[in-house]
Amino acid sequence: MQRGKGMKFVGDSRVKANNRMPNVPKDYTEYPGKTEAFWPDFLLKEWMVGAVFLIGYLLLTVAHPSPLEGPADPTNASYIPLPDWYFLSMYQLLKYTYASGPYNVIGAMVIPGIAFGALALIPFLDTTPERRPSKRPLPTAFMLLAVAALIYTTWESVQATDWDAVDAQGEITDKHLGLLPDVEVDETSEGYEIYQAQASCIGCHGGDLAGVSGPMLLGNELTAEEVQEVIVNGRGGMPAGTFTGTDEELQVLAEFIAGLKEAE
Amino acid sequence: MLNKIYDWVDERLDITPIWRDIADHEVPEHVNPAHHFSAFVYCFGGLTFFITVIQILSGMFLTMYYVPDVENAWKSVYYLQNEVAFGEIVRGMHHWGASLVIVMMFLHTLRVFFTGSYKKPRELNWLVGVGIFAIMLGLGFTGYLLPWDMKALFATKVGIEIAASVPFLGEIIKTLLAGDSTIIGAQTLTRFFAIHVFFLPAALFALLAVHFIMIRRQGISGPL
Repeated sequence: MQRGKGMKFVGDSRVKANNRMPNVPKDYTEYPGKTEAFWPDFLLKEWMVGAVFLIGYLLLTVAHPSPLEGPADPTNASYIPLPDWYFLSMYQLLKYTYASGPYNVIGAMVIPGIAFGALALIPFLDTTPERRPSKRPLPTAFMLLAVAALIYTTWESVQATDWDAVDAQGEITDKHLGLLPDVEVDETSEGYEIYQAQASCIGCHGGDLAGVSGPMLLGNELTAEEVQEVIVNGRGGMPAGTFTGTDEELQVLAEFIAGLKEAE
Repeated sequence: MLNKIYDWVDERLDITPIWRDIADHEVPEHVNPAHHFSAFVYCFGGLTFFITVIQILSGMFLTMYYVPDVENAWKSVYYLQNEVAFGEIVRGMHHWGASLVIVMMFLHTLRVFFTGSYKKPRELNWLVGVGIFAIMLGLGFTGYLLPWDMKALFATKVGIEIAASVPFLGEIIKTLLAGDSTIIGAQTLTRFFAIHVFFLPAALFALLAVHFIMIRRQGISGPL
Protein backbone atom coordinates (compact mmCIF):
# COMPACT_ATOMS: atom_id res chain seq x y z
CA MET A 1 0.00 0.00 0.00
CA GLN A 2 1.22 3.43 -0.83
CA ARG A 3 1.58 5.72 2.12
CA GLY A 4 2.02 9.44 2.71
CA LYS A 5 1.56 12.10 0.08
CA GLY A 6 1.55 9.63 -2.79
CA MET A 7 -1.57 7.85 -1.43
CA LYS A 8 -4.14 6.94 -4.07
CA PHE A 9 -7.62 5.53 -3.48
CA VAL A 10 -9.76 5.24 -6.60
CA GLY A 11 -8.97 2.07 -8.53
CA ASP A 12 -6.21 1.28 -6.08
CA SER A 13 -5.92 -1.65 -3.68
CA ARG A 14 -3.31 -2.99 -1.31
CA VAL A 15 -3.42 -6.16 -3.43
CA LYS A 16 -0.68 -5.83 -6.02
CA ALA A 17 -1.32 -7.40 -9.40
CA ASN A 18 2.31 -8.31 -10.05
CA ASN A 19 3.67 -9.95 -6.88
CA ARG A 20 0.78 -12.17 -5.82
CA MET A 21 1.54 -15.56 -4.24
CA PRO A 22 1.59 -18.27 -6.96
CA ASN A 23 -1.12 -20.90 -6.40
CA VAL A 24 1.22 -23.91 -6.09
CA PRO A 25 1.59 -26.32 -3.20
CA LYS A 26 4.53 -26.04 -0.83
CA ASP A 27 7.48 -28.34 -1.38
CA TYR A 28 7.52 -31.03 1.28
CA THR A 29 10.60 -32.93 0.05
CA GLU A 30 12.79 -31.34 2.71
CA TYR A 31 10.51 -32.38 5.57
CA PRO A 32 11.54 -35.47 7.60
CA GLY A 33 10.22 -38.97 6.86
CA LYS A 34 7.06 -39.45 4.86
CA THR A 35 5.60 -36.03 5.59
CA GLU A 36 2.85 -35.14 3.17
CA ALA A 37 0.65 -32.17 2.34
CA PHE A 38 -2.57 -31.80 4.34
CA TRP A 39 -4.32 -30.42 1.27
CA PRO A 40 -5.41 -32.39 -0.65
CA ASP A 41 -3.55 -35.70 -0.01
CA PHE A 42 -4.12 -36.20 3.70
CA LEU A 43 -7.58 -34.63 3.75
CA LEU A 44 -8.79 -37.28 1.28
CA LYS A 45 -7.60 -40.01 3.65
CA GLU A 46 -9.29 -38.26 6.54
CA TRP A 47 -12.52 -38.24 4.55
CA MET A 48 -12.19 -41.98 4.07
CA VAL A 49 -11.88 -42.45 7.84
CA GLY A 50 -14.85 -40.09 8.24
CA ALA A 51 -16.91 -42.07 5.71
CA VAL A 52 -16.25 -45.37 7.49
CA PHE A 53 -17.14 -43.76 10.80
CA LEU A 54 -20.30 -42.26 9.30
CA ILE A 55 -21.44 -45.69 8.09
CA GLY A 56 -21.18 -47.10 11.62
CA TYR A 57 -22.91 -44.02 13.00
CA LEU A 58 -25.80 -44.30 10.52
CA LEU A 59 -26.17 -48.04 11.15
CA LEU A 60 -26.49 -47.29 14.85
CA THR A 61 -29.09 -44.62 14.10
CA VAL A 62 -31.13 -46.88 11.83
CA ALA A 63 -30.90 -49.94 14.08
CA HIS A 64 -31.78 -48.10 17.29
CA PRO A 65 -34.33 -45.31 16.88
CA SER A 66 -33.83 -42.65 19.51
CA PRO A 67 -36.03 -43.31 22.54
CA LEU A 68 -39.01 -41.19 23.47
CA GLU A 69 -41.10 -41.78 26.58
CA GLY A 70 -44.49 -40.35 27.46
CA PRO A 71 -44.77 -36.61 28.09
CA ALA A 72 -43.35 -35.22 31.32
CA ASP A 73 -45.70 -35.68 34.26
CA PRO A 74 -44.28 -34.12 37.44
CA THR A 75 -47.03 -35.73 39.55
CA ASN A 76 -45.69 -39.25 38.93
CA ALA A 77 -43.93 -39.99 42.22
CA SER A 78 -42.90 -43.56 41.46
CA TYR A 79 -40.73 -42.74 38.45
CA ILE A 80 -37.08 -43.90 38.80
CA PRO A 81 -34.96 -40.96 37.59
CA LEU A 82 -31.81 -41.72 35.62
CA PRO A 83 -29.38 -39.31 33.94
CA ASP A 84 -27.83 -39.94 30.54
CA TRP A 85 -25.13 -42.62 30.66
CA TYR A 86 -22.13 -40.27 30.75
CA PHE A 87 -23.39 -38.74 34.00
CA LEU A 88 -24.00 -42.12 35.67
CA SER A 89 -20.60 -42.15 37.40
CA MET A 90 -21.26 -38.77 39.04
CA TYR A 91 -24.77 -39.96 39.93
CA GLN A 92 -23.39 -43.14 41.48
CA LEU A 93 -20.82 -41.18 43.49
CA LEU A 94 -23.68 -39.47 45.34
CA LYS A 95 -24.97 -42.85 46.56
CA TYR A 96 -21.87 -43.75 48.54
CA THR A 97 -22.07 -43.18 52.30
CA TYR A 98 -19.23 -40.68 52.58
CA ALA A 99 -20.31 -38.75 49.49
CA SER A 100 -24.01 -38.29 50.28
CA GLY A 101 -26.32 -37.11 53.02
CA PRO A 102 -24.27 -35.04 55.47
CA TYR A 103 -21.21 -35.58 53.26
CA ASN A 104 -23.06 -34.47 50.12
CA VAL A 105 -20.55 -31.66 49.56
CA ILE A 106 -17.83 -34.25 49.02
CA GLY A 107 -19.75 -36.13 46.34
CA ALA A 108 -21.36 -33.13 44.64
CA MET A 109 -18.42 -30.70 44.74
CA VAL A 110 -15.13 -31.80 46.22
CA ILE A 111 -14.49 -34.98 44.21
CA PRO A 112 -15.78 -33.71 40.82
CA GLY A 113 -14.05 -30.39 41.51
CA ILE A 114 -10.70 -32.01 42.23
CA ALA A 115 -11.04 -34.33 39.21
CA PHE A 116 -11.94 -31.57 36.76
CA GLY A 117 -9.54 -29.08 38.31
CA ALA A 118 -6.68 -31.55 38.10
CA LEU A 119 -7.58 -32.31 34.49
CA ALA A 120 -7.45 -28.63 33.62
CA LEU A 121 -4.21 -28.00 35.50
CA ILE A 122 -2.23 -31.03 34.30
CA PRO A 123 0.16 -28.92 32.16
CA PHE A 124 1.08 -26.90 35.25
CA LEU A 125 1.38 -29.91 37.57
CA ASP A 126 3.37 -32.10 35.20
CA THR A 127 6.03 -29.70 33.97
CA THR A 128 8.89 -32.05 33.08
CA PRO A 129 9.79 -32.13 29.38
CA GLU A 130 9.40 -35.94 29.39
CA ARG A 131 6.50 -37.06 27.17
CA ARG A 132 6.51 -40.86 27.22
CA PRO A 133 3.90 -42.21 29.71
CA SER A 134 6.44 -44.67 31.12
CA LYS A 135 8.87 -41.84 31.87
CA ARG A 136 6.32 -39.91 33.96
CA PRO A 137 4.80 -42.60 36.19
CA LEU A 138 2.81 -40.35 38.54
CA PRO A 139 0.64 -38.53 35.94
CA THR A 140 0.16 -41.80 34.08
CA ALA A 141 -0.86 -43.64 37.24
CA PHE A 142 -3.29 -40.91 38.29
CA MET A 143 -4.93 -40.81 34.87
CA LEU A 144 -5.27 -44.61 34.75
CA LEU A 145 -6.75 -44.52 38.24
CA ALA A 146 -9.23 -41.80 37.24
CA VAL A 147 -10.31 -43.71 34.12
CA ALA A 148 -10.68 -46.90 36.19
CA ALA A 149 -12.77 -45.00 38.76
CA LEU A 150 -15.01 -43.59 36.01
CA ILE A 151 -15.55 -47.01 34.48
CA TYR A 152 -16.08 -48.66 37.88
CA THR A 153 -18.65 -46.13 39.16
CA THR A 154 -20.52 -46.26 35.84
CA TRP A 155 -20.57 -50.05 36.04
CA GLU A 156 -21.73 -49.94 39.66
CA SER A 157 -24.55 -47.61 38.67
CA VAL A 158 -25.60 -49.90 35.83
CA GLN A 159 -25.54 -52.86 38.24
CA ALA A 160 -27.60 -51.03 40.86
CA THR A 161 -30.31 -50.05 38.38
CA ASP A 162 -33.34 -52.25 37.79
CA TRP A 163 -33.32 -51.93 34.00
CA ASP A 164 -36.54 -53.91 33.51
CA ALA A 165 -38.36 -51.41 35.72
CA VAL A 166 -36.65 -48.48 33.96
CA ASP A 167 -37.57 -49.79 30.52
CA ALA A 168 -41.16 -50.48 31.54
CA GLN A 169 -41.82 -47.02 32.94
CA GLY A 170 -42.77 -43.93 31.02
CA GLU A 171 -44.31 -45.76 28.07
CA ILE A 172 -46.32 -43.72 25.58
CA THR A 173 -50.02 -44.58 25.91
CA ASP A 174 -53.07 -43.74 23.80
CA LYS A 175 -53.90 -41.09 26.31
CA HIS A 176 -50.66 -39.24 25.56
CA LEU A 177 -51.49 -39.29 21.89
CA GLY A 178 -54.82 -37.63 22.50
CA LEU A 179 -56.65 -40.82 21.59
CA LEU A 180 -58.34 -41.26 24.96
CA PRO A 181 -60.99 -38.82 26.14
CA ASP A 182 -60.06 -36.91 29.25
CA VAL A 183 -62.17 -38.82 31.76
CA GLU A 184 -61.54 -39.01 35.49
CA VAL A 185 -62.18 -42.63 36.58
CA ASP A 186 -62.89 -43.05 40.27
CA GLU A 187 -61.20 -46.37 40.92
CA THR A 188 -62.50 -46.54 44.49
CA SER A 189 -66.15 -46.36 43.55
CA GLU A 190 -68.51 -49.31 43.92
CA GLY A 191 -69.40 -49.17 40.23
CA TYR A 192 -65.74 -49.53 39.27
CA GLU A 193 -65.39 -52.61 41.47
CA ILE A 194 -68.50 -54.19 39.97
CA TYR A 195 -67.16 -53.49 36.47
CA GLN A 196 -63.78 -55.07 37.28
CA ALA A 197 -65.51 -58.15 38.71
CA GLN A 198 -67.46 -58.81 35.50
CA ALA A 199 -65.24 -60.87 33.19
CA SER A 200 -67.57 -60.33 30.26
CA CYS A 201 -67.34 -56.53 30.64
CA ILE A 202 -63.53 -56.43 30.83
CA GLY A 203 -63.18 -58.95 28.01
CA CYS A 204 -64.61 -56.61 25.39
CA HIS A 205 -64.35 -53.13 26.92
CA GLY A 206 -60.98 -53.56 28.62
CA GLY A 207 -59.84 -53.25 32.20
CA ASP A 208 -58.97 -49.60 31.53
CA LEU A 209 -62.44 -48.93 30.02
CA ALA A 210 -60.69 -47.92 26.79
CA GLY A 211 -62.19 -50.74 24.75
CA VAL A 212 -60.67 -53.90 23.22
CA SER A 213 -63.00 -55.66 20.79
CA GLY A 214 -65.93 -53.66 22.10
CA PRO A 215 -66.15 -49.89 22.03
CA MET A 216 -64.49 -47.57 24.52
CA LEU A 217 -66.66 -46.68 27.50
CA LEU A 218 -64.71 -43.56 28.40
CA GLY A 219 -66.50 -40.48 27.16
CA ASN A 220 -69.71 -42.30 26.16
CA GLU A 221 -72.83 -40.24 25.58
CA LEU A 222 -75.45 -42.46 27.24
CA THR A 223 -77.64 -41.82 30.27
CA ALA A 224 -77.78 -44.34 33.16
CA GLU A 225 -81.14 -45.71 31.92
CA GLU A 226 -79.81 -46.21 28.39
CA VAL A 227 -76.71 -48.00 29.72
CA GLN A 228 -78.86 -50.31 31.83
CA GLU A 229 -81.01 -51.05 28.80
CA VAL A 230 -77.99 -51.91 26.66
CA ILE A 231 -76.55 -54.20 29.34
CA VAL A 232 -79.80 -56.11 29.72
CA ASN A 233 -80.89 -56.30 26.08
CA GLY A 234 -77.57 -55.99 24.25
CA ARG A 235 -76.93 -53.75 21.26
CA GLY A 236 -75.21 -54.37 17.94
CA GLY A 237 -72.44 -56.89 18.58
CA MET A 238 -73.05 -56.88 22.33
CA PRO A 239 -74.99 -59.93 23.50
CA ALA A 240 -77.91 -59.59 25.91
CA GLY A 241 -77.92 -60.85 29.46
CA THR A 242 -74.22 -61.36 30.13
CA PHE A 243 -74.31 -59.37 33.36
CA THR A 244 -74.30 -61.76 36.32
CA GLY A 245 -74.89 -59.44 39.30
CA THR A 246 -77.98 -58.34 41.17
CA ASP A 247 -80.35 -55.61 40.00
CA GLU A 248 -78.92 -53.13 42.49
CA GLU A 249 -75.43 -53.81 41.21
CA LEU A 250 -76.66 -53.34 37.65
CA GLN A 251 -78.01 -49.94 38.56
CA VAL A 252 -74.77 -48.86 40.30
CA LEU A 253 -72.76 -50.09 37.32
CA ALA A 254 -74.98 -48.24 34.85
CA GLU A 255 -74.63 -45.04 36.82
CA PHE A 256 -70.85 -45.49 37.00
CA ILE A 257 -70.57 -46.00 33.23
CA ALA A 258 -72.91 -43.14 32.46
CA GLY A 259 -70.68 -41.01 34.69
CA LEU A 260 -67.63 -41.56 32.48
CA LYS A 261 -68.17 -38.27 30.70
CA GLU A 262 -65.38 -36.15 29.35
CA ALA A 263 -64.33 -33.30 31.61
CA GLU A 264 -65.43 -29.93 30.26
CA MET B 1 -13.63 -22.15 -16.03
CA LEU B 2 -13.15 -22.59 -12.28
CA ASN B 3 -9.52 -21.56 -12.65
CA LYS B 4 -10.57 -18.40 -14.42
CA ILE B 5 -13.05 -17.54 -11.67
CA TYR B 6 -10.34 -18.26 -9.09
CA ASP B 7 -7.86 -16.01 -10.93
CA TRP B 8 -10.44 -13.26 -11.29
CA VAL B 9 -11.14 -13.28 -7.54
CA ASP B 10 -7.47 -13.76 -6.64
CA GLU B 11 -6.39 -10.79 -8.76
CA ARG B 12 -8.69 -8.59 -6.71
CA LEU B 13 -8.44 -10.14 -3.23
CA ASP B 14 -5.19 -12.15 -3.21
CA ILE B 15 -6.92 -15.15 -1.62
CA THR B 16 -4.10 -17.67 -2.17
CA PRO B 17 -2.18 -16.86 1.05
CA ILE B 18 -5.42 -16.97 3.06
CA TRP B 19 -6.39 -20.53 2.26
CA ARG B 20 -2.82 -21.83 1.79
CA ASP B 21 -2.09 -20.73 5.36
CA ILE B 22 -5.04 -22.79 6.58
CA ALA B 23 -4.97 -25.82 4.32
CA ASP B 24 -1.45 -26.23 2.92
CA HIS B 25 0.58 -27.48 5.85
CA GLU B 26 2.64 -30.56 6.55
CA VAL B 27 1.28 -33.81 8.03
CA PRO B 28 4.20 -35.62 9.66
CA GLU B 29 4.64 -39.36 9.22
CA HIS B 30 4.02 -40.26 12.89
CA VAL B 31 0.40 -39.00 12.85
CA ASN B 32 -0.48 -40.58 9.50
CA PRO B 33 -2.38 -43.89 9.82
CA ALA B 34 -1.45 -44.67 6.21
CA HIS B 35 2.15 -45.17 7.41
CA HIS B 36 1.68 -46.34 11.00
CA PHE B 37 -1.66 -47.95 11.74
CA SER B 38 -1.42 -47.09 15.46
CA ALA B 39 -1.59 -43.42 14.43
CA PHE B 40 -5.38 -43.82 14.16
CA VAL B 41 -5.43 -42.42 17.70
CA TYR B 42 -4.67 -39.06 16.08
CA CYS B 43 -8.07 -39.27 14.29
CA PHE B 44 -10.11 -38.87 17.48
CA GLY B 45 -9.93 -35.08 17.53
CA GLY B 46 -10.96 -34.80 13.89
CA LEU B 47 -13.81 -37.26 14.41
CA THR B 48 -14.98 -35.25 17.42
CA PHE B 49 -15.17 -32.20 15.17
CA PHE B 50 -16.90 -34.26 12.46
CA ILE B 51 -19.65 -35.31 14.90
CA THR B 52 -19.87 -31.73 16.17
CA VAL B 53 -20.59 -30.56 12.61
CA ILE B 54 -23.27 -33.27 12.28
CA GLN B 55 -24.74 -32.17 15.62
CA ILE B 56 -24.93 -28.57 14.41
CA LEU B 57 -26.58 -29.54 11.10
CA SER B 58 -29.04 -32.04 12.58
CA GLY B 59 -29.81 -29.61 15.41
CA MET B 60 -30.60 -26.87 12.90
CA PHE B 61 -33.08 -29.17 11.18
CA LEU B 62 -34.60 -30.26 14.50
CA THR B 63 -35.40 -26.65 15.41
CA MET B 64 -37.53 -26.42 12.26
CA TYR B 65 -40.11 -28.59 14.04
CA TYR B 66 -39.29 -28.42 17.73
CA VAL B 67 -41.39 -26.10 19.91
CA PRO B 68 -39.80 -25.14 23.27
CA ASP B 69 -43.00 -24.98 25.29
CA VAL B 70 -44.38 -27.39 27.90
CA GLU B 71 -47.67 -27.89 26.05
CA ASN B 72 -46.14 -28.65 22.67
CA ALA B 73 -42.52 -29.75 23.17
CA TRP B 74 -43.31 -33.44 23.56
CA LYS B 75 -45.95 -33.35 20.83
CA SER B 76 -43.56 -31.69 18.41
CA VAL B 77 -40.88 -34.30 19.12
CA TYR B 78 -43.42 -37.12 18.72
CA TYR B 79 -44.54 -35.62 15.41
CA LEU B 80 -40.94 -35.18 14.29
CA GLN B 81 -40.16 -38.77 15.21
CA ASN B 82 -43.22 -40.39 13.64
CA GLU B 83 -44.63 -38.16 10.92
CA VAL B 84 -41.89 -35.99 9.43
CA ALA B 85 -39.98 -37.49 6.49
CA PHE B 86 -36.55 -38.65 7.77
CA GLY B 87 -37.39 -37.02 11.12
CA GLU B 88 -36.51 -40.26 12.88
CA ILE B 89 -33.10 -40.29 11.18
CA VAL B 90 -32.32 -36.65 11.93
CA ARG B 91 -33.36 -36.98 15.56
CA GLY B 92 -31.58 -40.33 15.77
CA MET B 93 -28.33 -38.82 14.51
CA HIS B 94 -28.61 -35.96 16.99
CA HIS B 95 -29.38 -38.41 19.82
CA TRP B 96 -26.56 -40.86 19.07
CA GLY B 97 -24.19 -38.08 18.05
CA ALA B 98 -24.55 -36.61 21.54
CA SER B 99 -23.19 -39.84 23.00
CA LEU B 100 -20.58 -40.43 20.31
CA VAL B 101 -19.15 -36.94 20.62
CA ILE B 102 -18.56 -37.53 24.34
CA VAL B 103 -16.87 -40.85 23.59
CA MET B 104 -14.62 -39.42 20.85
CA MET B 105 -13.78 -36.35 22.91
CA PHE B 106 -12.85 -38.56 25.86
CA LEU B 107 -10.61 -40.69 23.62
CA HIS B 108 -9.05 -37.54 22.13
CA THR B 109 -8.34 -36.26 25.65
CA LEU B 110 -6.67 -39.55 26.56
CA ARG B 111 -4.59 -39.47 23.35
CA VAL B 112 -3.36 -35.96 24.11
CA PHE B 113 -2.66 -36.96 27.70
CA PHE B 114 -0.75 -40.15 27.00
CA THR B 115 1.34 -38.62 24.22
CA GLY B 116 2.22 -35.79 26.61
CA SER B 117 1.06 -33.29 24.01
CA TYR B 118 -0.25 -30.85 26.62
CA LYS B 119 3.30 -29.93 27.66
CA LYS B 120 5.07 -26.70 26.87
CA PRO B 121 4.31 -24.91 24.54
CA ARG B 122 0.76 -26.33 24.31
CA GLU B 123 -0.55 -25.65 27.86
CA LEU B 124 -3.06 -23.04 26.68
CA ASN B 125 -4.54 -25.32 24.07
CA TRP B 126 -5.07 -28.01 26.70
CA LEU B 127 -6.93 -25.49 28.87
CA VAL B 128 -9.15 -24.52 25.94
CA GLY B 129 -9.76 -28.22 25.28
CA VAL B 130 -10.88 -28.77 28.88
CA GLY B 131 -13.25 -25.82 28.39
CA ILE B 132 -14.68 -27.49 25.27
CA PHE B 133 -15.10 -30.69 27.32
CA ALA B 134 -17.15 -28.81 29.94
CA ILE B 135 -19.29 -27.12 27.27
CA MET B 136 -20.00 -30.48 25.62
CA LEU B 137 -21.18 -31.92 28.95
CA GLY B 138 -23.38 -28.83 29.37
CA LEU B 139 -24.84 -29.35 25.91
CA GLY B 140 -25.57 -32.98 26.80
CA PHE B 141 -27.25 -32.01 30.07
CA THR B 142 -29.42 -29.22 28.63
CA GLY B 143 -30.32 -31.16 25.48
CA TYR B 144 -31.56 -34.12 27.52
CA LEU B 145 -34.50 -32.07 28.87
CA LEU B 146 -35.76 -30.74 25.55
CA PRO B 147 -37.96 -33.69 24.41
CA TRP B 148 -39.89 -33.05 27.65
CA ASP B 149 -40.63 -36.72 28.21
CA MET B 150 -40.58 -38.55 31.54
CA LYS B 151 -36.90 -39.38 31.67
CA ALA B 152 -35.97 -35.89 30.52
CA LEU B 153 -37.92 -34.23 33.31
CA PHE B 154 -36.74 -36.54 36.07
CA ALA B 155 -33.09 -36.56 35.00
CA THR B 156 -33.15 -32.76 34.98
CA LYS B 157 -34.79 -32.69 38.40
CA VAL B 158 -31.97 -34.83 39.77
CA GLY B 159 -29.32 -32.74 38.02
CA ILE B 160 -30.71 -29.48 39.32
CA GLU B 161 -31.03 -30.92 42.84
CA ILE B 162 -27.33 -31.85 42.70
CA ALA B 163 -26.48 -28.32 41.56
CA ALA B 164 -28.67 -26.90 44.33
CA SER B 165 -26.78 -28.91 46.97
CA VAL B 166 -23.60 -26.93 46.29
CA PRO B 167 -22.96 -24.79 49.38
CA PHE B 168 -23.60 -21.02 49.20
CA LEU B 169 -24.09 -20.81 45.44
CA GLY B 170 -26.47 -23.77 45.09
CA GLU B 171 -29.74 -21.86 45.28
CA ILE B 172 -28.52 -19.19 42.86
CA ILE B 173 -27.38 -21.78 40.33
CA LYS B 174 -30.70 -23.58 40.66
CA THR B 175 -32.72 -20.41 40.08
CA LEU B 176 -30.48 -19.43 37.18
CA LEU B 177 -30.95 -22.80 35.46
CA ALA B 178 -34.56 -23.57 36.34
CA GLY B 179 -35.91 -20.03 36.18
CA ASP B 180 -37.59 -20.51 39.54
CA SER B 181 -36.48 -21.49 43.03
CA THR B 182 -39.00 -24.34 43.32
CA ILE B 183 -40.67 -25.18 40.00
CA ILE B 184 -39.12 -27.14 37.15
CA GLY B 185 -41.48 -26.29 34.34
CA ALA B 186 -42.17 -23.94 31.46
CA GLN B 187 -39.46 -21.47 32.45
CA THR B 188 -36.90 -24.27 32.82
CA LEU B 189 -37.67 -25.63 29.38
CA THR B 190 -37.27 -22.27 27.62
CA ARG B 191 -34.05 -21.59 29.55
CA PHE B 192 -32.56 -24.95 28.70
CA PHE B 193 -33.56 -24.43 25.08
CA ALA B 194 -31.86 -21.02 24.98
CA ILE B 195 -28.75 -22.38 26.71
CA HIS B 196 -28.62 -25.44 24.44
CA VAL B 197 -29.24 -23.63 21.17
CA PHE B 198 -27.66 -20.18 21.65
CA PHE B 199 -25.40 -19.73 24.67
CA LEU B 200 -23.39 -22.95 24.70
CA PRO B 201 -22.98 -23.24 20.89
CA ALA B 202 -21.72 -19.65 20.78
CA ALA B 203 -19.17 -20.44 23.47
CA LEU B 204 -18.32 -23.71 21.71
CA PHE B 205 -17.65 -22.00 18.36
CA ALA B 206 -15.38 -19.45 20.01
CA LEU B 207 -13.36 -22.10 21.84
CA LEU B 208 -13.16 -24.38 18.78
CA ALA B 209 -11.84 -21.47 16.72
CA VAL B 210 -9.18 -20.75 19.35
CA HIS B 211 -8.38 -24.49 19.60
CA PHE B 212 -7.81 -24.77 15.83
CA ILE B 213 -5.92 -21.50 15.45
CA MET B 214 -3.53 -22.64 18.19
CA ILE B 215 -3.01 -26.00 16.46
CA ARG B 216 -2.17 -24.27 13.17
CA ARG B 217 0.11 -21.85 14.99
CA GLN B 218 2.03 -24.49 16.93
CA GLY B 219 1.75 -27.49 14.63
CA ILE B 220 1.10 -30.99 15.90
CA SER B 221 3.37 -32.34 18.63
CA GLY B 222 6.34 -34.40 17.50
CA PRO B 223 6.81 -38.18 17.74
CA LEU B 224 7.40 -39.68 21.19
